[in-house]
Formats: sequence, C-alpha cells, structure tokens
Amino acid sequence: MLERKSILYRKLILEMILNANAGHTGGSLSCVDLLNVLYNHVMNISPENFADINRDHYIHSKGHSVEALYAILAEKGFYDREELNSIEKYGSDFIGHPSRSVPGIEQNTGALGHGLSVAVGMALAAKRDGRNNRVFTIMGDGELTEGSIWEASTSAAHYHLDNLVAIVDRNSLQISGKTEDIMAMEPLEEKFSAFGFAVRNVNGHSIPDLIHIFEELPFQEGKPNMIIAHTIKGKGISFMENKVEWHHHVPSEQEYRIAMQELDEAEKKLEE
Amino acid sequence: MSKSQLSLGSANLDIFSKTLIDLAEKDQDILVVTSDSRASGKLTPFGKKFPNQMIEIGIAEQNLVGISAGLAASGKKVFAISPACFLTARALEQIKNDIAYSNRPVKIIGISAGVSYGSLGSTHHSLHDFAVLQAIHNIDIVAPADNFETIAAIRASVDHPRPIYIRFGKKPLLNLHENGTHFEIGKAILLTPKREQYDVAFIATGETVAQAYFASVGLSELGITSCVLSFHSIRPFDKEAVEQAASRSKVVITVEEHSINGGLGCHIASFLMEAGIFRPLKIAGIPDEHTITGNQLEIFRHYGITQEGLMESAQNLLEKGPDT
Ligand SMILES: [Mg+2]
Repeated sequence: MLERKSILYRKLILEMILNANAGHTGGSLSCVDLLNVLYNHVMNISPENFADINRDHYIHSKGHSVEALYAILAEKGFYDREELNSIEKYGSDFIGHPSRSVPGIEQNTGALGHGLSVAVGMALAAKRDGRNNRVFTIMGDGELTEGSIWEASTSAAHYHLDNLVAIVDRNSLQISGKTEDIMAMEPLEEKFSAFGFAVRNVNGHSIPDLIHIFEELPFQEGKPNMIIAHTIKGKGISFMENKVEWHHHVPSEQEYRIAMQELDEAEKKLEE
Repeated sequence: MSKSQLSLGSANLDIFSKTLIDLAEKDQDILVVTSDSRASGKLTPFGKKFPNQMIEIGIAEQNLVGISAGLAASGKKVFAISPACFLTARALEQIKNDIAYSNRPVKIIGISAGVSYGSLGSTHHSLHDFAVLQAIHNIDIVAPADNFETIAAIRASVDHPRPIYIRFGKKPLLNLHENGTHFEIGKAILLTPKREQYDVAFIATGETVAQAYFASVGLSELGITSCVLSFHSIRPFDKEAVEQAASRSKVVITVEEHSINGGLGCHIASFLMEAGIFRPLKIAGIPDEHTITGNQLEIFRHYGITQEGLMESAQNLLEKGPDT
C-alpha cells in the first residue's frame, strides 16, 4: 500500500535529518508522495535495470530535497538502509544533494534550474533512437525563477518531447518566504501552456489522484507534459506544515519524537 | 621540411567542420549540438549532410550544455559547439555541474576563442576560459596550435573518457607539424630539435605556438638556443615535458592567448616552484587591462605575443639572469 510507504519514507527522512543535524525537511516532505508514486507505480527504474538505457529516467532537479530520494532508493534496494547513517558525515557518498556516487542517482544536482535541460537531452536522445521510455523530473516552485528552466521549456516543446514529464512541487514556499512574494510567477499553468506544455494540476499528496494523473500520460501527443503538483511544505507533521522556517530546520529530539508519534498515529488510521 | 618556412593551412573552422563530417559518417552516435552557431561554426554543410546528427538549441548556451549532458548520459557522443566566450562564461555552471561533476563526457567546443573576434571587443573574447576550467575538477582542456593538432584533438575527443573542452580560433593557421607526428591529449609536442641545454624554453599553447616558433627561429639567428613546446593540453598537464624543457633551459617563457592570470603561465610557474626548478620566467599573455582594440594579430603584437615581442622578452630575461 503506497500510503503506508509514504509514512515510512517520512520517518526515514526525519531520522536522516536528525542524524545528520542538517537537511531540507519541508521540501522533502512535500515531494515524497510524488516520488513514492513515481518509483513504486509509474517509472520503470530498479536496481536490476539501472544500467539499461531503455528504462525510465528520473532527475531530481530540486536537489536540496535529497532526503526524500535517499529514503525511496534505500527502500527500492539500491543500497542498504543502514548506509543512510553516514548521510553528510565525513567521507560519505551521501551528501546533502544528489550525486551519482550514490547508486540509483542519475545526475548530480543541487544548483537550481539544471534538471529540466538535462531531462530534455535524455528525452531527445530517446526520441531520436526510437525508444519509448520516459524522462521524469521534479522541480521546486522557487526554482522556476531560474531563466534556464524557460530555455529548457522552449526546447522541450520545439522537439515535441511528449516522453518528458516535468513536475513542479508547488508548495508555494521557498527559503525566504512565499514564492509569490519573492517573485510572482503565477499564472503558472498559463505560462507553461504558452511555452508549449500540456499542463495538468493535481493534489500532490493524494496517492489515488497522482496515480490517475500519471496514467493519463502523455497528456497530448507531441507536447511535453507538465504536472503542477499542489503540495504542502512539511506535509504530514502538524507543526511543520506550511512553515517557511522548516525549509531546512532540523528537529530537536523532542520535536522528532512528536513527529514520529504523529506518523505512528497516521499509520494506525490507515489500518482502521 | 624546413620549418622556418611554414606553409599556410586551412581556416581552422573549415578543418574542424570537415573532421566532424568524416567522423559522423562512420559513427551515428556523434551529435553536433549548436546554439545558432552553425553559421559561425561553419557547420552548415554538416547539418545538410547529417540532419539527424545535428541538434539546434537556439541562442541559449546554458540549455545547450544541459541538453548535451542529457544526450551524453544516453550514450551519445556530443560535440556542444558555441563561441568560447559565451560557452565558458554564461554556461559555466552547467559545464561545472552537468558535465564535469556529473561526469558526462561531452566535447565542449569553444570556437572563435581567445581574441579571434578581435575588434568585436571583450564580450566576444575568451581570456578567462583556461582559468575557470582549470579550477573545475574533471574536465580536460585543449588548445590546438594548427590544423594538424585540431584534427587530432577532435578525433581523439570522440571516445575520450572524460569531459573535454577544446578551443580554437577561426583563421587559417600555419602548419607546424610534419606528417606522422604523434599526438596524444595530455602530451606536449616538442617542435624544435632535442638538445641537452637551451638558453630559452618557450612553452606555448594554441594559436600563439607559431609566434613562439618564429621567436625561436629568430633567436637562433642571434646565437641564442631555444626549445618550443606546443603545450596543447592545459589539462592533463604534461609535467614531464615542462620539467625537461625548463630544467634544460636558463629562462622560461610561457605564451598563451589568455589572461596572464590563471592560465597556462600561472600553472607552469607554480608547478616549477613546487618542483624546485627555479628559472627566470615571463608569462606572455593578455594583461589585466581593458584589451586594446584590434585584430588578433594586432592584439598579439600590442602585448608582446609575436615573434618580436617574444624575442625581446627572451633577451631581457637572459640579460637579467637568475636572481642569486
Ligand atoms: Mg517551494
């Protein structure tokens, strides 16, 4: 059951961040349901087929939310969960942003505005070679002010990359405040439509809604796909939700315990 | 061939384009990716012949490099081509992260490099590319000196296991090498006869190598012996060649079409100091000032990067001698 996995991932994320005494709590919690559905229901990516060019590809463009990805890749069997104990420790491969030194990670990210261009390149190569695999990427909503996102968007449409699936983690917050206060980017749907994407909106925390929207891919033949996933930063932990300070705040021992209790309760509810 | 009379080769960009056509004919994985640079890169014939092996990105260098990384990740042998000035400044973060750090062996081709755009001014000059790329791990850096080195570097780059940056200008170049010369990325080529001792070691790169060569010829007429290294690879850095040339010489002159800060000369100076080879040294290049207006040769002459200027530098250094 994917809902239960989401709870497990959230626990792993918080454990990692507590252990590392660093990390991007809010953004990892907002994109984890998306990653859950992608890795467990949508994408054809596994440790067994990772060397196969015909599998799907995933680029974590909002690289700072790496804890969510680490949790899922561990559970998918790319490495032992114990390896995550080394996160951000001296000499570890598990740094604070995705790196190809970690099994299962496709591209080194962390600087914003890079993932979409690389994804376009992968999708373009697949098209040219007549492969029908797909390329997925998740971007942050604060990331969208990077001009390179819009350069990449033009080429995604120009080359009719309907095998490209770009997802915005629309939690409406970024490190310094509300995205719309920092730099207004709405109307996003219209902007991406005007750039040539077939755009869909979805509740980024509803597993059934996410499954449904991914099943509709490609949304329109010949057009790249854009999913604006409406999410809540810090989702799942009451005192973290929609709080800008939880962008990279590390929970205290006490906060961690309360968060775990909340997740245990959520798990119990699922069983009912 | 008497090397004091060098024949004039083809425009380097033509040679580049022809080489790519030769290569693409045999290898469908070769892709040329351009940012509206097919005209300035003389790549129109390539595009006509291999429309499926050319990808146009439009004027968007960051996107050019990012997409190239994605293509390379999918097994393509990608030549990302754009003027060096834009490629290594505007798209530097993509080169650093998407190519070098992510280890995507893209061939980044900086055309019309250095001051080959001459009087078009500083927006179009790349006098920073060696400096910035040398500070980035995992990208080799090559500046061929003539048609032969350009062809050889492009050919060697196809299956090069690491990211590589190759930069050159656009005008016809003098042929410096005899047929059958061995070329290897990371191995400097000695252009002059090997001796036990020299008065001067010229270590030059790219399109300044011919100038160093003429300086060497000019000095020999004055009874001053010298060697000339075509140091086409800034990275991998050929320590052995530098060590040999410098330790056999009284003075060292480095020559490059680049800022004197952070380029070949700085690297050689620090290498020699650390290796305990202390020689009077001159870094010939573009100084830290607003670059004078002129064509490439006029700019070279203004900053002492031509035969006359380099001969004068050599004589001054020899006269001054070591500071003992
Ligand atoms: Mg955000």
